[in-house]
Amino acid sequence: MLRAIRNKSILPAFSAVRAFSSSAKEMTIREALNTALDEEMSADPKVFLMGEEVGEYQGAYKITKGLLDKYGPERVLDTPITEAGFTGIGVGAAYYGLKPVVEFMTFNFSMQAIDHIINSAAKSNYMSAGQISVPIVFRGPNGAAAGVGAQHSQCYAAWYAACPGLKVLSPYSSEDARGLLKAAIRDPDPVVFLENELLYGESFPVSAEVLDSSFCLPIGKAKIEREGKDVTITAFSKMVGYALKAAEILAKEGISAEIINLRSIRPLDRATINASVRKTNRLVTVEEGFPQHGVGAEIWFSSLHCLFSVQLVNSWKYTNLLHLLNSTSVIEESFGYLDAPVERIAGADVPMPYAANLERMAVPQVEDIVRAAKRACYRSVPMAATA
Amino acid sequence: MWKSNTIFNHFKSTLNFSLLSSRRFASTIAQNPSTFNSIPHANQVIDFPGGTVKFIPEMRFISESSQERIPCYRVLDDDGQPLANNFVQVSEDVAVRMYNNMVTLQIMDTIFYEVQRQGRISFYATTIGEEAINIASAAALTMDDVIFPQYREPGPLLWRGFTLQEIANQCFSNKYDNGKGRQMPIHYGSNKHNYFTVASTVATQIPHAVGAAYSIKMDKKDACSITYFGDGGSSEGDFHAALNFAAVMEAPVIFLCRNNGWAISTPTSDQFRSDGVVVKGQAYGVCSIRVDGNDALAIYSAVQAAREMAINEERPVLIEALTYRVGHHSTSDDSTKYRPTNEIEWWRLARDPVARFRKWIERNGWWNDMAESELRNSLRQELLHSIQVAENLEKPPIADIFNDVYDVPPSSLREQEQWVKDTVKNHPLDYPENISA
Repeated sequence: MLRAIRNKSILPAFSAVRAFSSSAKEMTIREALNTALDEEMSADPKVFLMGEEVGEYQGAYKITKGLLDKYGPERVLDTPITEAGFTGIGVGAAYYGLKPVVEFMTFNFSMQAIDHIINSAAKSNYMSAGQISVPIVFRGPNGAAAGVGAQHSQCYAAWYAACPGLKVLSPYSSEDARGLLKAAIRDPDPVVFLENELLYGESFPVSAEVLDSSFCLPIGKAKIEREGKDVTITAFSKMVGYALKAAEILAKEGISAEIINLRSIRPLDRATINASVRKTNRLVTVEEGFPQHGVGAEIWFSSLHCLFSVQLVNSWKYTNLLHLLNSTSVIEESFGYLDAPVERIAGADVPMPYAANLERMAVPQVEDIVRAAKRACYRSVPMAATA
Repeated sequence: MWKSNTIFNHFKSTLNFSLLSSRRFASTIAQNPSTFNSIPHANQVIDFPGGTVKFIPEMRFISESSQERIPCYRVLDDDGQPLANNFVQVSEDVAVRMYNNMVTLQIMDTIFYEVQRQGRISFYATTIGEEAINIASAAALTMDDVIFPQYREPGPLLWRGFTLQEIANQCFSNKYDNGKGRQMPIHYGSNKHNYFTVASTVATQIPHAVGAAYSIKMDKKDACSITYFGDGGSSEGDFHAALNFAAVMEAPVIFLCRNNGWAISTPTSDQFRSDGVVVKGQAYGVCSIRVDGNDALAIYSAVQAAREMAINEERPVLIEALTYRVGHHSTSDDSTKYRPTNEIEWWRLARDPVARFRKWIERNGWWNDMAESELRNSLRQELLHSIQVAENLEKPPIADIFNDVYDVPPSSLREQEQWVKDTVKNHPLDYPENISA
């Protein structure tokens, strides 16, 4: 079922009309998130929501619509305006054994609470030697929206993904949204769940399996949205849609692009990325966030990373290594497989401007991805991607 | 004039109606749309969002402080004599146990401070001068009440049965440390004793306690949470958010502020300009009390009363315990650099909470000099023995570097662990002998 959907030409992010599969239903990201929350709250009485406007207002972006009416004010808490406060309180509730889902109106506001996310949540299991587990989910829109200015447009994937103890997920499609949010809520570790405001209204086909209330996606596994053989393009969230559009354009010019939807930023599915790079020999990383120390920088390094596995091949522990290689997903060296420098597409290294024309130039566009793929394939395109 | 008033009033009444008629869920307090009274009158009231408010024609600013400071509740005078008979009676067993624990805390602190000075542990922070707060508050709680400490409250752990050997193991971070050697000394924590692991981050435990209290309330347990913090901690944003929230959520939590006069070198006069911390309760809709922190019986009574209020009435309570930090902030501090030595000595001797409580239990015939010297000697022996044992135990194994980062160790960490173990094995001369796999 899932393979059938994947092999269809995946529909671009912003088209209004969808080709309808005969067996698949359509669902918006908003519905996907709402149903996931509803089902997990129904299945486990310890799950509860908190955040600004999540209750009476039905959610700032209507993600939590109807949940206050259904579960009552004890399980859907409208909080006062203090991210630091309600995050601390959510963490305390998780310490004691509840399973909070804390909403940030955007992840920009999570900076107010970042001490609690990192120091009180991410590190607690370790610092308490396993005595304090923190089964909490932090969710909300991340990255650029449209015309909201610099303080509402930053992408936090790289910041959170740097921290051991956290898991960081970013869905693209409705299947991703449902499966990953459910996985996040069920996970005993703290999870940062990065959504995208502009995708909330987008519809995607979903199979019956995805609609089932027990549906769950594994954390740490990327998805190959489109298979290809000439260049690997990694992306997450909204950029997956752009990458798929770029793949369509590239296909017309004879370049077959493999699009990897990361789904999980931490842990990063290095095995899938590296297997793809060893197949295509070319890599383009795409993200909306700032370039320095970003997700692309980490993927770049992953593709070069030479782990102990190579050294150990030469040691007397060879037989143990084989066992290790067969039973776990080992980071493997791919540097030797690259036929071109890795291309990194990211947002402009400036605070997000407001004017529509400037904003458009500060985030990656489909053309940028196409040009980067061509450069990786040695089609003559100048380095400066924009005029 | 009249005409414009009518139009204005009509506009206001429409606005009023739409503001107040929004649907509210059953459990929140309903706002009653009021009939707008357009006639100016000395006794006019109006239903602004939040409730009825009276109008006054005088422009009156509320003073930043009241005429008198909020008085302080105490039971025993400086000589250990009860001031009145209206305090919660403590049985001989409980009183003697409280005293034993206070002495234990005092001796433990003195000896471990010296151990750090000798270079055998890296760090220590004492609780000297605050033994009454530590022990008496714990004595007034039950084992089901969840404790969220700052870092100057090992007393409740001792009260609940954490042993001196376990304290020593944590300070020496050996393999029996139930913190697996992950933290600096004095960062104790124990699920078994319902005492959440100490974190150095100031005041973060305050909203945690509120969240836990909310969970306890949802579980309908006969329990509350308690959190400790200092005068300095009350400046953090977390303090304000937590009190505000606790009131709104009606959470059964006790906020116990140890106002000991100093936040490292910052005296309270530089920390805030309010009348201490107790007055901040009312600002957030939290009932509060100021207590003599060096009076074990006053602390005991206040915490017990607060616990009942918190659980039975589902509300937070703030207790400000006035005391003095006799020791330095920690072994990294020399407080004689910023405060007079004679001030420290006066509080250490004349205001010692342990001595004061001793006078009371002796006067009751429950304690004497012989019991005192026996207790102090045996404690010293036990402590020195625990320290010796702890110091000579192995450190935690390499595996403990990589465990507990996540619930289930990811393959990447397992690989790194194997790498480290193999490196140590293949290059034994480069690593100390006492690293175990």
